[in-house]
Amino acid sequence: MTAPVSAKPREGADYGKAGKDAILAGIIAFGIFGPLVGLKTEQNMSNELIVVNDMVSALIIVAIVMAGRFLLSAFVFPYMSQRGKKPTAANALGTEKPDRSKLYARLGLVLIFFYPIIVVSLVGFQGSLKWVDNFGIQILIYVMLGWGLNIVVGLAGLLDLGYVAFYAVGAYSYALLAINFDLSFWVLLPVAGLLAAFWGVILGFPVLRLRGDYLAIVTLAFGEIIRLVLINFRELTNGSAGISSIPKVTLFGIPFDASPDGFAKMFDLPLSSAYYKIFLYYLILLLALLTAYVTIRLRRMPIGRAWEALREDEVACRSLGINTTNTKLTAFAIGAMFAGFAGSFFAARQGFVSPESFVFMESAVIVAIVVLGGMGSMIGVAVAAAAMIGGTELLRELTFLKAVFGPEFNPDQYRMLLFGLAMVGIMIWRPRGFVSSREPTAYLFERKSVSGSLVKEGHG
Amino acid sequence: MEIFIQQLINGITLGSIYGLIAIGYTMVFGIIGMVNFSHGDVFMVSAFIALIFFLVLTTWLGIASVALALFLVMIIAMVLTGLLSWTIERVAYRPLRGSFRLAPLISAIGMSIVLSNFIQVAQGPRNKPTPPMVRDVIVLMDSNGYAVTLSYKQIIIMATTAVLLAVFWYVVQKTPLGRAQRACEQDRKMAALLGVNVDRTISLTFVMGAALAAVAGTMYLMYYGVVNFSDGFVPGVKAFTAAVLGGIGSLPGAVLGGLLIGLIETFWSGYFSIDYKDVAAFSILAIVLIFMPQGILGRPEVEKV
Repeated sequence: MTAPVSAKPREGADYGKAGKDAILAGIIAFGIFGPLVGLKTEQNMSNELIVVNDMVSALIIVAIVMAGRFLLSAFVFPYMSQRGKKPTAANALGTEKPDRSKLYARLGLVLIFFYPIIVVSLVGFQGSLKWVDNFGIQILIYVMLGWGLNIVVGLAGLLDLGYVAFYAVGAYSYALLAINFDLSFWVLLPVAGLLAAFWGVILGFPVLRLRGDYLAIVTLAFGEIIRLVLINFRELTNGSAGISSIPKVTLFGIPFDASPDGFAKMFDLPLSSAYYKIFLYYLILLLALLTAYVTIRLRRMPIGRAWEALREDEVACRSLGINTTNTKLTAFAIGAMFAGFAGSFFAARQGFVSPESFVFMESAVIVAIVVLGGMGSMIGVAVAAAAMIGGTELLRELTFLKAVFGPEFNPDQYRMLLFGLAMVGIMIWRPRGFVSSREPTAYLFERKSVSGSLVKEGHG
Repeated sequence: MEIFIQQLINGITLGSIYGLIAIGYTMVFGIIGMVNFSHGDVFMVSAFIALIFFLVLTTWLGIASVALALFLVMIIAMVLTGLLSWTIERVAYRPLRGSFRLAPLISAIGMSIVLSNFIQVAQGPRNKPTPPMVRDVIVLMDSNGYAVTLSYKQIIIMATTAVLLAVFWYVVQKTPLGRAQRACEQDRKMAALLGVNVDRTISLTFVMGAALAAVAGTMYLMYYGVVNFSDGFVPGVKAFTAAVLGGIGSLPGAVLGGLLIGLIETFWSGYFSIDYKDVAAFSILAIVLIFMPQGILGRPEVEKV
């Protein structure tokens, strides 16, 4: 065996090697982007497909890839190898910094609570619509879904790729029952949750014996089946056209409209749709906090401990006499129930539901939020939802980019592309998610947070 | 009877395409135990590559022979899709090898989102219809106005699939590369100790799977004559179903599963309801996984403590 030639680490950057890497990356990038970006297929006037040459864009991308690869090889990789290996699971215990996550969580909660007031005082009622609705409500819906799925994936360790099905059950339950039986949101909210939980049990039952990726794929299949049934069962669901004019939520019977009994008239306020949005904001905040509260309390109860035990070792769990069937089913049911709450809120907020809102991509986004945030960490999930959903929503606002790239540039279309790239990037950067510490609820002698890498991710 | 034979022909054609994609899933799962979620989208990208080069070859370079053009397109699509898959493995999956189980899965889902949205941005969101490339049909039976036909494109698809599978079978069973792949599948650590370049073998597995998906993509484009950026997901899931049905990790199983899924789908649309054909495919996936998780030709999984 010959020893490696370059045993001595070289000082500074190796530009020759970096250049070689960059050229290689450029060739590969040209092979991929050359045809797919450089040769654009378009339909001409007579509806024939023709190829339009757009090599300049392709070459710009290739140049960016080459520059990026050069920088990585010349500066980033040597820097990273100099910094040494990251701490491993072995020394992760006990070396944690003093835990300040509780403080951050409280600060964040206060900020979230006053968010609509801050926005209204900054940009006025009309201006606040967008910020409260697109950012506040949208993010909080995903926070709630993430926390709900966190029970299934993060605590019980069952990978569910069809979570959006229960969201759909909740949304359609509210829409159909409210329209056909004229019941109010407050009556239907628990009903939607119960129906979703019921479906959680029905779909959970057959998959009890499955583990690992198989469980993920079967839940994916169930999610798709529910969506396809919603599309094809036209008599009930109106097919892909969806259900519209779903009743709005009322505040103890006070509707948010221009009628004499409406909210604005009753309190002698000027008419504005902002009140309803702000009301919805606090409603979803309440629902999300309910999810968090129930989860935190359940974690300390026997059932929550059973979930986490199941995640750590299913065989040991069974040997110690825990009923794994009930444990898994309650996890599915409670997770699904929160999705049902969120679904009925979603239907009431939109006033319109269609199967388009419940595609697999939504499930993937929710799973991504849970994993990216750090499975089992409530704060992590909230941070991930804010970063991923808020970040991609922000792209819609970047209108100044039109000045750079021309008037036809639409940042909105890059939203999901960047979302996917962020998913890959965050997984490579932090496979354990944003928040890398966990707080076990069962402990010996003293309570402390441990590294996330000590927590298993379940078999299912 | 006529309907039966017609659906049989259609089903085998569709099943060949699913089988070709399913091999990519089954090989990657066999060797690194990961559901390569982006494989369906790699298939879709390969159909786009085929479309672009078919147009370039016929309109810019003026190749009049459709057969020659299709052959060249298929080779180019195989090479470029293989390159794409190699890059994806290198960038998105290799850094996560040996990491937590969910990390590669999330990375693969992210990659799948990236691929479909990249095509949407780069090539536009609309359907891409091509003029029919191969038109001729053979009428096998004609009774009371219902003609059972076997089109040339169906013959091309079945023949190409059969030839490629033979080549592929030879590569996996008889060449050093195939031996290395089977060794890695059995025990990656031991294979590495015995001098198998594991990283290279895994990369080549991805490339081979992608090349077969590219053949499927070319055939898909030729058969349906239209492709869209969102066409990767459903064939991908069905091909995965096929791989599971045949027994994941087993190559003949993937082809068998593909044919079965294709036949079930066409017979279901022929005799029952075309609306619910995807429901049928997904239900079969669930039923097979629940009652027969090892598939038809797979080995039963032993639970280790």
